[in-house]
Amino acid sequence: MFDIKKHIKANSVDQAIALLQENPNARLIAGGTDVLIKLRDGKPGFSELVDIHGLEELKMIRKDKENNIIIGSGATFIDIIQSNIIKENLSMLCEAAASVGGPQVRNVATIGGNVCNGVTSADSASTLFALNAVLEIKGDKMTRQVPVSEFYLGPGKVDLKKGEILTEFKITYENHGGYFGHYYKYAMRDAMDIATIGCAVNLKTKDHILTDFRIAFGVAGPVPLRCPKTESTVMNQKVSEDLLDKIYQTIEIDVNPRTSWRASREFRMNLIKELSKRATKEALLRAGEEV
Amino acid sequence: MNRHREITFSINGRSRTLYMDIRKSLLEVLREDLGLTGAKQGCGVGECGACSVLVDGVLVDSCIYLAVWADQKEVRTIEGEAKNHILTRVQQAYVDTGAVQCGFCTPGFVMATTSFAKECAGKKVTEDEIRKAHAGNLCRCTGYENIIKAIEKSIDPDKE
Amino acid sequence: MAVGKSVNRIDAVAKVTGRAEYTEDLYKPDMLVAKYFRSRIAHGRVKSIDVEDAKNLKGVEAVFTFKDVPKNKFATAGHPFSLDQGHQDVADRLLLTRDIRFMGDEIAIVVAQDEIIANNALKLIDVSYEEYKPLVLPENILKKDARQIHKGSSNIVGEHQYSIGGDVDEAFKKADHVVEGKYETVMVQHCHIENHISYAYMDDLDRIVIVSSTQIPHIARRIVGEALNMPLSRVRVIKPFVGGGFGNKQDVILEPMAAFLTLKLDGRAVQINLTREEGMTGTRARHPFYIKVKTGVMKDGTMAARDMDAISITGGYASHGHSIAAAGGSKQSSLYPRMANTFHARTLYANMPAAGAMRAYGSPQIIYALECATEDAARKIGMDSVEFRLKNIARQGDMNLLSGNEILSCGLAECLVKGKEFINWDQKKKEYENYKTGPLRKGLGVACLSYASGTYPVCVEIAGTRISLNQDGTVHVMVGATEIGQGSDTVVAQMAAQTLGLPYEHVRVVQAQDTDVTPFDTGAYASRQAYVVSNAVFRAATQLKGKILDHACLMTGEESSQLNIIDGRIVNKNTDELILDMKTLAMDSFYHKERGRQLTADVSHKTTTNAPVFGCTFVDITVDIPLCKIKINNIINVHDSGVILNPVQAGGQVHGGVFMGIGAALSEELMIDPETGYIYNNNLLDYKFPTFTDIPRIHHDFAKTFEPTSGYGNKSLGEPPVISPPPAIRNALLDATGISINSLPISPHKLFTAFSKAGLLNSEGGANV
Repeated sequence: MFDIKKHIKANSVDQAIALLQENPNARLIAGGTDVLIKLRDGKPGFSELVDIHGLEELKMIRKDKENNIIIGSGATFIDIIQSNIIKENLSMLCEAAASVGGPQVRNVATIGGNVCNGVTSADSASTLFALNAVLEIKGDKMTRQVPVSEFYLGPGKVDLKKGEILTEFKITYENHGGYFGHYYKYAMRDAMDIATIGCAVNLKTKDHILTDFRIAFGVAGPVPLRCPKTESTVMNQKVSEDLLDKIYQTIEIDVNPRTSWRASREFRMNLIKELSKRATKEALLRAGEEV
Repeated sequence: MNRHREITFSINGRSRTLYMDIRKSLLEVLREDLGLTGAKQGCGVGECGACSVLVDGVLVDSCIYLAVWADQKEVRTIEGEAKNHILTRVQQAYVDTGAVQCGFCTPGFVMATTSFAKECAGKKVTEDEIRKAHAGNLCRCTGYENIIKAIEKSIDPDKE
Repeated sequence: MAVGKSVNRIDAVAKVTGRAEYTEDLYKPDMLVAKYFRSRIAHGRVKSIDVEDAKNLKGVEAVFTFKDVPKNKFATAGHPFSLDQGHQDVADRLLLTRDIRFMGDEIAIVVAQDEIIANNALKLIDVSYEEYKPLVLPENILKKDARQIHKGSSNIVGEHQYSIGGDVDEAFKKADHVVEGKYETVMVQHCHIENHISYAYMDDLDRIVIVSSTQIPHIARRIVGEALNMPLSRVRVIKPFVGGGFGNKQDVILEPMAAFLTLKLDGRAVQINLTREEGMTGTRARHPFYIKVKTGVMKDGTMAARDMDAISITGGYASHGHSIAAAGGSKQSSLYPRMANTFHARTLYANMPAAGAMRAYGSPQIIYALECATEDAARKIGMDSVEFRLKNIARQGDMNLLSGNEILSCGLAECLVKGKEFINWDQKKKEYENYKTGPLRKGLGVACLSYASGTYPVCVEIAGTRISLNQDGTVHVMVGATEIGQGSDTVVAQMAAQTLGLPYEHVRVVQAQDTDVTPFDTGAYASRQAYVVSNAVFRAATQLKGKILDHACLMTGEESSQLNIIDGRIVNKNTDELILDMKTLAMDSFYHKERGRQLTADVSHKTTTNAPVFGCTFVDITVDIPLCKIKINNIINVHDSGVILNPVQAGGQVHGGVFMGIGAALSEELMIDPETGYIYNNNLLDYKFPTFTDIPRIHHDFAKTFEPTSGYGNKSLGEPPVISPPPAIRNALLDATGISINSLPISPHKLFTAFSKAGLLNSEGGANV
């Protein structure tokens, strides 16, 4: 049993926002795979719940007229994996979603929950960083848009105010059209594990020139991060084995992994370098390049 | 606040209305309120899959699934699988391949395979896909070896 | 013939339908729940404890602390009682403790109406500690001024040594080479999917009934009696289906407390259902070992001398204590019997979870060191790893110098030959010469194992079997041997069917154990059951068959010597002519007004032999140097376990053992901070129990041998498969990279450190080539 003091079901986003206003101590629960575990562990602050589990309004995955892709925060990982829109346009997000937990978790856990947790290891987060995703956050008075890179404020802390709900992720056409990507998760196990390092690469080439390159990591710092120095170093360079080496050599300055009982900084750094190369190579192959 | 709420759901084809404690997981309602003890608790946090059941055809860990979420849904558990004294193809495959040892993970595995076999009906399935689709179910007895055989046989009964 | 046939498990249908009832399934709506209050420090003493607020919380029925429990210490190891006082287990436990010996030690217990109330009550308990420096590493534990973890007792729980096969110093002097190494294993956990759970109630005013997930119902009954100072006849232990144990339930962990609580609460049912997190630290684990091995080897490949020195860590409480090191240390004399051997071992207390029995009981640690050292010796003289082992391993007819017994069956050479062929050793060895540089390297490894079939002569080996003929001509078998998932009920049915001449389907084995009802047996451990019970089943079935044939004679006037039972029919031995069917005979024996009786046989038998078993692992790996990962391309275990009673189920035992061995080799470790004793990963996310995606296909094969000391030619199999995969994988890594990693697990972290040190990871762009 979970020590729930109050449980209120919201039937719409607006109702959920209202309920959050009325119940300042309440937290949202969606898939439940994190909140229920915290409740079971007796963590304070989770005993009052506004329940948005399975809310249809938040589950849509669609493409708008400008070919921007909109993903509802309540989309589960299995929704993402099975969505043709995602498969065809954001295959790296499919890879990230498929690397989360196991089937049972992917069947209920939501991408919004994954991001709102604010943890650096969230598999979907580094991919959303590489895609320049923009988050739509709804409150009772206004709706605001926040780039994912600004949403993370610190470990476990995100830019979500009392009474606000993250409703959707938007990936504009400029950020996915013609891009090829890859998410590489390195963990101790091939399933049911948290990333030791997660690496997302999203790139574009033209005439064997790297015309855009984005690389993001999970667990390479307190929050997911992009690697601006590396990205600018290799931008507009010719695709080659040397280019991969350059990424390998530069990446260190962009990241700041830490030592924990789970892995040492040095080991994580080794992985960051190696994954930067392997994930980029895979993305280049997908872009039809030869390396 | 009243901690009890009425929910109505179908369990293995039978409609049930319960006045139940909102604090309970689906697993607890199945086991304690309905006496359906087939699904097991091995971790309580969705790491082992022993509590797997199907809700509207979707495989979930019932230990981290609030029972109130099952309201108006169809729940399928291991108890509803064998009918007229005949095991389902999946259950029979587990028996025939020696995929059962202590049996504690078995109900969860059988439900996972039942869900997987339905998804991949008529498709060619790789061993990798089998592994991924069952990675949420831990087994400490079998090394998964005979379970792979059982899953292959569940999909293709002619498979030896 | 039922023996040797791959019949389906007798309980498989019950399990795939969810109808098999485990302890938690026997839920009583009115049952109270109990939750331990556990220490948050690893070493210290409770200065003060205040439980008043907890007691006053609505829904709390009782709170007990160390002040409220009986003061007599008891031993928890699930061993048979020893009449020899020197062999009795260390009695160092109280139901609750004031002295804290590991993080999670049990100080108090709350009994409440439900789990949430109990958990909330735990938060209201106020405790203050006097803290001592945790002792985790052997060098600290062994310091002269180290605090005694159990006051009045040395931190050395046990120590022994032996020397066999001649003068070992002399043999070292004569050896062409002496190879030395240090090897370490860590604390790993059983992780049976069913956690520990027990509940108890009273069925009259002074009898306690305990329902428990245990491997040892009869021993649990005795120990509960000891812990509570009551005659054991007042205690009844019932074992329903068990969701795995692997040795962790060969210890009496919850039963005495459950009994104590129901006794205190007027016989109301009280359940203790450990969470996974509690179970991973508050039950038992595998003893970590620190082992030094010295091997003297001749140029021709003969191992002439070996000296081993082992330190075993038993954690905060002795539990099985020094028995683990003693049992593990005894295996080298059966594996490599033709050499001079010395062995010395000490077992130490430490501020870590209590270690106890775990699958293969000390052998995975000792044989890991032994098989690493053997590999190092083979490499020293440049001999092929398989050839080297073939030269030195046990053969049928060798004397096991430690036990003084001749090895009556040994198929280890056959195992090595089969494994070598399966893995394609010679060809792959050549092919992999091209993979000794670069980012991906490949190698092959082999390791051997030996194990026993039970505990004799250290402990008594007693097994009971009762077989009754039913009115319909089938039989019910009751054994004290405990089914915990390993399949013992199935092979018991096969044995009984074979000897009685009945179809397998006509034999029903009573699954649940109930100490009020089932015959005495000491339980599931030491891979003893199929071997020890075979002698009892064979005798009981033979007796019952005689009685059946005698009754047939009464009915028909035939000569009993002329009759036989084949496939459930009583026939004329010579002509195969049907004389009677079993049902007709059974009905007559029950209901004829003058002749006959219920036909039963009841045998309790002590086995006074102990057959060694053998086996080996062959493994083929690829090492990704930059990612610090080992991938198993192919793995096989080949076993000599005598006659294989049920090939499919036996295969399942091998797969499970290999799987657990792979986990221990590559990923599993209960991570304990050496300074604070803090445990980081007592859950299934952080403890890296391999998932379906982490384990390769597991292959197995068997040598064909016959063991004359057992009822059906069989020897042990349950535990041995876990032993040899870790050293085989270590040896394959050495083959692939030239790097020896002499501590388990060979995790990516450890590979990273080793590869960095060896200069395999450069800063310029991937692996050095």
